Parts: sequence; structure tokens; C-alpha cells
Amino acid sequence: MLGTRSRLIVALVVVSFGLAACGGGGGGTSATKAASARGPIKIWYSNNAEEVKWGKATVAAWNKDHASEQVTAEEIPAGKSSEEVIGASITAGNTPCLVFNTAPAAVPQFQKQGGLVALDSFSDGASYIQARTGPRADQYKSPDGKFYQMPWKTNPVMIFYNKDVFAKAGLDTKNPPLKTYDEFLASAKTLVAKGGVKAAIWPAPSSEFFQPWFDFYPLFIAQSGGKQLVENGEPQFAGPDGIAVAQFWKQLYDQGLAQRELYNGDAFGDKKAAMAIVGPWAIAVYGDKVKWGVVPVPTKDGKDPGQIQTFSDEKSSAMYSSCKNRSTAWDFLKFATSKDSDGKLLEMTGQMPMRTDVTTAYPAYFTSHPEYTIFAEQAARTVEVPNVPNSVEIWQTFRNAYSQAVIFGKADIQSAFNQAAEKVKTLAARS
Amino acid sequence: MTAIATPATRPPLRRRLLGRQPLGYLFVAPYVVFLAAIFAYPLGFAVYISFHDYFFAAPGAIVERPFVGLQNFTDALADPVFRRAMLNVVVFLIINVPLTVAVGLVLATALNAAIPFRAFFRASYFVPYVTASVAVIGVWLWLFNSDGLVNNLLGPLAPDPSWLVNSFWAMPVIALFATWKQLGFYILLYLAALQNIPKELYEAAEVDGAGPVRRFLAVTVPGVRPTTTLVVIAATITGANFFTEPYLLTGRGGPNGASVSPVLLMYTQGIEQGHAGYAAAIGVLLAIMVMAVSLVNRYLLERS
Repeated sequence: MLGTRSRLIVALVVVSFGLAACGGGGGGTSATKAASARGPIKIWYSNNAEEVKWGKATVAAWNKDHASEQVTAEEIPAGKSSEEVIGASITAGNTPCLVFNTAPAAVPQFQKQGGLVALDSFSDGASYIQARTGPRADQYKSPDGKFYQMPWKTNPVMIFYNKDVFAKAGLDTKNPPLKTYDEFLASAKTLVAKGGVKAAIWPAPSSEFFQPWFDFYPLFIAQSGGKQLVENGEPQFAGPDGIAVAQFWKQLYDQGLAQRELYNGDAFGDKKAAMAIVGPWAIAVYGDKVKWGVVPVPTKDGKDPGQIQTFSDEKSSAMYSSCKNRSTAWDFLKFATSKDSDGKLLEMTGQMPMRTDVTTAYPAYFTSHPEYTIFAEQAARTVEVPNVPNSVEIWQTFRNAYSQAVIFGKADIQSAFNQAAEKVKTLAARS
Repeated sequence: MTAIATPATRPPLRRRLLGRQPLGYLFVAPYVVFLAAIFAYPLGFAVYISFHDYFFAAPGAIVERPFVGLQNFTDALADPVFRRAMLNVVVFLIINVPLTVAVGLVLATALNAAIPFRAFFRASYFVPYVTASVAVIGVWLWLFNSDGLVNNLLGPLAPDPSWLVNSFWAMPVIALFATWKQLGFYILLYLAALQNIPKELYEAAEVDGAGPVRRFLAVTVPGVRPTTTLVVIAATITGANFFTEPYLLTGRGGPNGASVSPVLLMYTQGIEQGHAGYAAAIGVLLAIMVMAVSLVNRYLLERS
């Protein structure tokens, strides 16, 4: 006969495994019914102060005219990253209708989770996106040819530099010698030797999957003439352009011009680094603190700045499958990405709406804010992360190889990249 | 005299199943339900996930989660990153557990003695334990970076590359940080244990001519042995689950994966990359390892 304790343990095991086997079920929203339904909806937006301000103003403007389709807005709940929070929320079935901060790299995973609504399911879905964003919109299509995200705003990354540090080092502050890799390296040496900074440039050396977007990737895009990390299932980074970019960064690390240590704060803002790779958001952040200048990212032989492409650092808006009033959500999405709302976004945040006509659509803004013009021009020449299955794992695989070979110099670049490319190819082919 | 043999009567089925006091089950039911819902179900679910190609999906989404047998476990055991993570746990425990026991007991003994500002010191050692890791890690970053206080004090003896980007030193610094952070809690356990050692034992030892060190070794150490078992097992379990330190202090297990931990790996694989099955297998393997180490510790510490 079983003792009392044994009986209890058996009961617990049976209950837990029984429940476990049933896990993962649950009801869902009827997609057909939801597609045409109207009513109140909930949205999330980013938690930086400028976007919160824009979000509140946009929601208030909508709610004024839509008494029966009120929008409730909240900041994305705090977590280690927005993607983690949204992923957990998809699993729990409590995502809002729209999230105005969806990272394109996370879209394949959200799609696999069954968390996203294809915007093509609305009669004017694809045409609206294509008309607003132009040919760049194609980068945001999923492998099945559908739009599970609406390209919303971009922060094209460029080289921001501190004019005071450049002047102290005796470098030209108007046309700094940063076009070619050789010029950049020579300037970096001078800056560290004479400019009073610890590093010429200090990108985060940590191994998060998204860090390549702010060191390797913009330079790779520029050097390769606009290639993505993976194209048509084939990794591109192990070719001559990728190796040239990696060798450039390795020289910076090896010579102590970029630091292998994590900086506890903002190295550029604290004047520990002379340059940073940033988007137009930096103007508002550093505007009064640093006398800054901005140039495109360097290329090996110094391409024409007007032709240089860079990483978009774009954030999309996406509709989530738990949304019950999708017709209202689609209308609100169009309202929030209209020319008027995009203009307010530009005005309030300095971030570039993903429109074909940013510089011509808002001439008054660029007249009064000429410092943003260079970013707006660059915004027309941006490249996105590839929309492929296992996107995050692909980026992590690349980052691990880059950390090993470039940042810490523990492996040969070509062989580390070749190994990573082999794995990436398998990942991109796997659903 | 003839003995009358009475046939052995079996107790009724109800009693056999529910025991003599079925009401007892009612009293323990709330805790059993709590245990089942909060501990047993997630544990059972994790084991279930580890045998499947599982990923988290929206409710109602039709997704394939095939049974893959031991595939996730064999993949983990063949993965050099996982093996490095497990090795890091061993390094962490070798530094953290003995240091926790030794320093915790010595400090508790000192704080138990009649020293000036005793309350202040007791509170001071407890402060790191109750302070958010994110905040204190910021302080340690300043202490251990290449221009930090530690390197300034060491001068030419400072390691190059500096502590947190040095493949050899990153794990010891993490273990040291965790020891310092958790020490207040273990000091508290030892302080409570010290109250239970009869004063007469110290007096008798003193009469026998034992000095302070001898009294500590012959009276205090054996006197707190049950607490030492608890401290060792608790430090092993919490230590093996270290996450925040490599996540923040060494930039996600850096340099170049030298300080990656199994829990950090579970986070990147399960949450970021959507391989819940693989992450669960890592969790199960870690739990087995921790249980084995704890059992060995218990055996070694409790054998008389």
C-alpha cells in the first residue's frame, strides 16, 4: 500500500503531466468576423517621451471624431526588450490591436507564432503601403509575399561626430576625413592621441543579436551597394565586402580606437568617444550638449556620399491576431500614417516617416530644421534586415562569429564568417 | 487451549486509498493545489516541452510541435556553448560556495560578538542583498573596468585585457560579485544559528585552554553544521541559476561567450530565438545537475 507521501507525489505528477499535455490550447478570435468588425481598440506605442507625446496627440485626434471606435493607448510594458514583451503577449493572447514599435527582425517569429494579421487581407492594404513607402516597401514583405507589418518610421544611421574633439585633434570639422577606411583609421588614431577621448568610436561590444545594426551592418550595406545580410537564402556577409568591413573594424579594436569593454553609460554623450553611429533621434538628444556634425558611414575607397546606402533602423506598425475590431484598427493605422500624422511625427520626434516624399512633403519643417535634411536624404537610401525565417537566430549566429573574430580577435575572420554563413544558410532555409 | 484463528480482515478500499484520516486531505488540499499549480505544473510542462520541437504560439494558432524524443537533449550536450555554460557553472560554484560559507560564517561570528556599531555593520552587510542587481552592477562596472578603481589600485599588476573582457577573469569576477551580493542573507542564517550554540560550550572550551581560533573551529563550526548544509545547498541552487551578472556585467556572457550561463542560454534560445524545446532541455539538464551536486553536498556535510 502506498504511504500518504507517496500518494501525494503520484497525484502531483499525474496532475502536472496531465495538465502539461493539455497546455497550449485555448480559444482564439474568429478571423473572418474580426476582419470586418468595428469598435473600441487598444494600441501600444514606444516609451520614449517624444513618441508618447505623438501617440497621445494622434489618439486624441482620432477619438474626437470616432465616439464608437475609441482608441485606448498605452506604452509598451517594460521588459528586457519590446520584442520579448510582444512575443509573450502573443502567447498569452492579450496583444493590443496595433503596436507602433514592431522590429522588422522580429516579424518572422511573430508571424510563425500566429500573432500577426496580414495587412493584405484589407482590400486596400498592399496598395496603401506601396503608395506610401514606394519600392522600399518590398523589403518588408514576408517570404509568402504578404505584408505583416507596415513600414512606419526610419532612423537611417550615419556617423555623428563631436566637432570640439575633432578641432582639438587638429582635424577638419566641416569636411572631416572620414570617407575611406584609411582616412577613418588615420583620423581615429589622431582623435585618440590628441582629442582627449578614450575611443574614436565606441559601439556596444556586447553580443545582443541586434548590435550588428550599429557597427557592421551599416558599413556592409554601404560597401556592398545595398546588400542585405541574406539575399535569396544566400548569406552575403562572407564575401569580399563583408570581409573588408570586418577587417576595418578589427583594426579599430586591435589598435584600441574602439573599445572592447562595455561603456557604463553613453560614451559619445560623456565625450569618451569622438564619434557614434546614430539616427536623427540623436539631434534632439545631443543637440545642446555636443557641437556635432554628421557624415555618411565610410566605405573602403570612399564612395560618393550621395550614393551611400545605410541601415534603416526602421520600426514598423503591425496588427496583432488577438484584435477583435480589425476594421477599426486598419482605419486607425491609416489615420496614424497619413501625411498629416506623419508630419506631426517628424515634428515631434525628428524621426523620418517611411514615405516616398519626406523632404518634399514637409518643406516648412526642413526649412526650419535644416540639420535634419541630411538624414531625410539618407532615409531614401536605406536597407532593411532580411525578412527571412529564424531572423533573430541568424543575427545571433552572425554576432557570435563577429564577436569572436572581429571584436576579440580569437579566430580568423574569413573562416569564422564562412562557418557562420553555412549555419545561416541552413537557418534561412528552415521554416 | 486451542487458539481460535481469526481471518485477517483487509481494511476497506476507502481506507486503503485515503488512509485513516481522510479529512487530512482537505486540510492539505490548498497547499497541494498551490504546489501543483505553481511548481508541479510548470515543471511537468517544462519536461513535456523538452521532448518536443516546441515554440510559443498565439492561442488558437494551428502549429506543429512534433515529439522529438531526446533530440533537444543530445543537441544541447553536443553544443559547445552549452558545454561552456555548464563549465562556467562549475567555476562559479567552486568559487562562490566555499567563499560564501567561509566568509559568511566568519563575518557572522564577528557580528555576533560584542563589537562597536554592531547594528550598523549588520545592516551594511545586508544592503547589497536588498539592492537591485542592476544598480549594484553599475557600481561594479565602474570598479572593474580598465580605468576603474581596482585597476588604479593594482597599477601594473592589473590584468590585460581588463577583468570583464578577460576570458580568464570574467567568471571569477562574476562569482565574486554574486558572493558579495548574496552574503547578507547567508550571514543572517548563520547569525540565527549562532544564537543556538550554548554559551557553556564556549566556557568549557575556554576553561580547557582553547583560544579564539580553537573555539571557533571546535565549537562554532560543528555547532552550525545544519545551517552550513542549508547554506551550501541554497548557494548551489541560486548560484547555478546565475543570469543577471553575465547579462549585464559582461555584456551577455562576454567576452566571446566566456561567461555565458545556462540560464542566459535558456533566455536567448527560448525567448529571443523561439526554441522553447531546446531551452527547456537545458533547464532540465541544469536541474538534474543541481540536484546531483546538492545531494553530494548533503551527503558530505551530513555524514557523521
